This record gives sequence, structure tokens and C-alpha cells, in this order.
Amino acid sequence: MAVSSEELGNTGTLKYPSRIRLPYTWHAGKAGSRFYQEIKDHCKIWGTKCPRCGWVYVPPRETCPRCFLDIDEWVEVGDAGTLLTYTITRYSVPGIQPHEPPYALGIIKLDGAGSGLVHLLGEIEPEDIRVGMRVQAVFREVREGNYLDIKYFKPLRS
Amino acid sequence: MKNRVGIVGVGQTHHKSKNTDCKGQELISIAVKRALESADLTMADIDAIVIGNMDHFESINYVDMWSVDGSGGYMKPIMKVTTGGTTGSAVGHAGFYHVASGLFDTVLAIGWEQNSESDTTAAISTCFDPITEREFCGGAIGPLAAQYTAYMSKYGATEEDAALVSVRDHNNAALYNPYAHLRQTITVEEVMKSPYISYPMKFLDICPRSDGACAVIFAGEDKAKKTVERPAWILGVGDCHILVHLADGIGLANLPSLERAAREAYEMAGITDPFRQFDVAELYVPASTAGVTWMEALGLCEEGGGPRLIRSGVTNMVGELPINPSGGVLATNPIGATGLLRIGEAALQVMGKAEEKQVEGARVAVATGFGGCFWSDVTVLSSSTQLD
Repeated sequence: MAVSSEELGNTGTLKYPSRIRLPYTWHAGKAGSRFYQEIKDHCKIWGTKCPRCGWVYVPPRETCPRCFLDIDEWVEVGDAGTLLTYTITRYSVPGIQPHEPPYALGIIKLDGAGSGLVHLLGEIEPEDIRVGMRVQAVFREVREGNYLDIKYFKPLRS
Repeated sequence: MKNRVGIVGVGQTHHKSKNTDCKGQELISIAVKRALESADLTMADIDAIVIGNMDHFESINYVDMWSVDGSGGYMKPIMKVTTGGTTGSAVGHAGFYHVASGLFDTVLAIGWEQNSESDTTAAISTCFDPITEREFCGGAIGPLAAQYTAYMSKYGATEEDAALVSVRDHNNAALYNPYAHLRQTITVEEVMKSPYISYPMKFLDICPRSDGACAVIFAGEDKAKKTVERPAWILGVGDCHILVHLADGIGLANLPSLERAAREAYEMAGITDPFRQFDVAELYVPASTAGVTWMEALGLCEEGGGPRLIRSGVTNMVGELPINPSGGVLATNPIGATGLLRIGEAALQVMGKAEEKQVEGARVAVATGFGGCFWSDVTVLSSSTQLD
């Protein structure tokens, strides 16, 4: 691509517009593969539990980052949980975001998990979202083995 | 540490939204020349260089070599350090480590970024794990916004508290810092009326992205004393990384990595009562909300005490502990340089060279860095080699 003479900078320096297209194939790893397989095949969410500190990691890890110990124990966590915090995303990042904004993002602590999971909130108006509310995973009908097999979390009505 | 280390020179560019006058090496060159000039040194005095930016913002992956035209690193050891948002503070710490080790006497640390060359938010997204959170985190804004939602819910802070931080930092930049990118005074009403970007964060709560560079020269004790009358001595440093997943125990309302880094830096420096001992602070506050929530991690107030401190005005220029006389990150954010600017600005304060933004009588300062998945750096600086 040639330097464009129309693209003048503020003291007459030139700009060089370009684009890098790089394909990637990321590996989900052993723990990640089992995590996604369980969601895809059974709509179940599993984590791994550290033998020393007992922390339950979701998404699962093969090594506890806190204790640096290998983890063998798999535990199923609930598909419902508590909303720890949230934001309403209104800015657009083309090519990156799961949906066109605006959309609600929450951090959900699934029942039995040590910490939260970042995910979308659905079937609720932004003004009705509250920290501490109970929410439940809604799975996609056709699942492909990825993070968006969970469509979003919806309010759990008791 | 093996050798005592002092900062003897600081240089920076006039930061802008788009610096179309320069390419990256030329930006770097301006900051380096200004740093050398401020210490009355030449490139011959420099034994090694540490340089950093965020690779994917300019898509140049061998910046250590590519930058030689501007850094002066020809035939010298150059180490590239890139740690996300903390790149600048990590570059500063690496410069300090080089000299403290005793292997190098005078080291030039450079942070730079020409953010306008790419899509910053899309590029930041590559910091997150590709098979889980990447699509959701969408840059730095969402996570910080979610943190303030949790903080407000837990401690009763308000959006107005964050607006007060935004006004403080923007107005400091406008009034006192000729190098700052944004130099307009604003009001709380203007912040509150600006559109939501990511609830509870509004347009005027969030840092810009800037083109700019910063260079800081670190020297061993003897060299430092020979070079300038009053070096900025590095009394303590702390660096703390945490966990990769955003929701994985990062501290939803608080910032445990900053608490740990501060504890380490304070122990090394002998800081026991930070609010009283610090005369000035240059804090990496990427959103006004963080200016409310993170002061407790630095021990400047009790848990949940951020709003009280901000409302009282003690962190304003005329207050007991001025925070961000330079205007900080909310006014200027050339990302790879941003953390180094905090160290550089804090150094200028204790050297008595901060000019219009000088806090009178500043002797002890703290600078911080913040990055990506909530990790932190802390630096304690003083005009004396040890605290009274």
C-alpha cells in the first residue's frame, strides 16, 4: 500500500494506513476442553477444587494459582448463582463484543464456586438489575463448545 | 538493595490525542533528549536502557531494537519490559533494579505509546484470555465500571464522588501541567451530564488515550550525587500480579494487588503512616471511580473511606495530601508511558522541579501503576536517602 498524499498530518507529515490480518487458533487446554464439553453435552457447569485451599475454580484450572498445586478433583457447581456486580456496556468495539451494545454484563458467583464468572445478563431491564440478586444460566439450544454456549444469566424468580 | 538509587533526570513530550508530527522513534527521542538535558548528561553516560510500550498498540514487536533511532541504545544493552497498564511503572522498576543490582551505574528508562495508530480498546481486549473472557471485557472500561458498581453497593459511595475526582484531576492538568493532553477545566455538573459509557461510568470519568513518551534516568548513589544537587531517592518498590480471570478473586470492590504492593514498598521504605508521611501522590487513576476506591489499599484511609477523603478536599492541590498535581491519567494517557509518568512526576516533586505543579515543600512521594487484570506497582520516593 502506498503512502497517501491526501492523509496529511498537522505539519504535513504523511500517514500510512494499513491493516494486519492474522488468523489464530487458540487451544482450550485439558481443563478448558472438559469444561466446554460438559456445557455442550449436558448443560452442566463444572469446576476444579484445590486439594489444599479448597478454592473451586470456574472456569476450571489444572493448577491452583494460589497454592501452585496440581488439581485432580472436579466438582459440579450450580447453574444458578448470585450477582456480585454489573455494568451496562454502551460503547462499541467492532469485531470484539458478543453483541451490539447496549448490553448488561455481570459477575456471577455460581453456587459452589469460589469466585465469579463474567457473563451477559438477559431477560431483565437495566434499571431492575441489583447487586446480590439471584440469577440462572440460560443455555443455547445449539451448543458449540464455547463460552457463549451459556447464552446469558436471567433473574431467578423464587 | 545492594546499591542506593536516585532519579536524576526526567523528560516527557507534550502529550496529544494524535501526534501526527512524529513517528514513534521521534516521540521517544524528544523525551530522551529532555531527560538527558534535565540532568546535564549525554548518551555516553548511559550504561543500559529499559524500554516499554504495549506491543499491539503499534504492532511493532521488537521495540527494543526498532526504537534505537530515538532511544540512543546503539551498542548498549536494551531490555524491553511490557506488562500491560503497568508497563511504565514496570519499566521504572526495571531501571531501578538494574542500578540497585550494582551491575549498571546509570540507566535510562523509557515508556512510550502512539495510541492513535490503532484501535486502543480492541487492542486492550487481547490482554484477556482468548477462550473465555476476551469478548466480554472489551478493553479496560467494563471491568473498572463493574468494580465501582460493587463499591457503591458495599460502601454507599456515589457517582458524584467519582465526579469530584474527575474534576480534581482535569483541573490540575488544565491549571498546572503544560505537558498534559487534556487541559480544560470541568465541573461536577458537566461530569454528571456526560453520557454513560459503561454504567456507572460516564464519558468524563474515563481517561483518554494519548500519544506521548516519558524518559527517566536512574543512577547509583555516587553518580546521582555528582549529577544533581537533589536526586529523588527510590526508598521502596512493590510489584504485585494477581489472577488471570477478571472475576477470579481480584477484589470486586477493593484492590488487593495494590494493598500488597503498597505493603511491600512501605516496609522497604519505612512508611508506617502513609497519609501523614506522604507530601504528594501521583496515582495511576485510569477512571475517576478508581480515585475513590483505591486510596484505602494505599492505607490513606480506612476501608470504605474513599468518599469521605474525596469529599473533604484534602487531596486537592491546597489540601493536606495533594493527589495528581499533574492531572494524572485522566488527563494524559500514553499507555506505555503512563506509569513511568507517575514515577517521573513524583520524582520532580521531591526534586523541587515540578514548576507550576510543585507542591510546596514536598519531600516524600508515592507513585503507583495499574494494569489489565487488576495488578499494581507502588514506588516510594524521597529527597532524602532515608526517612526521618
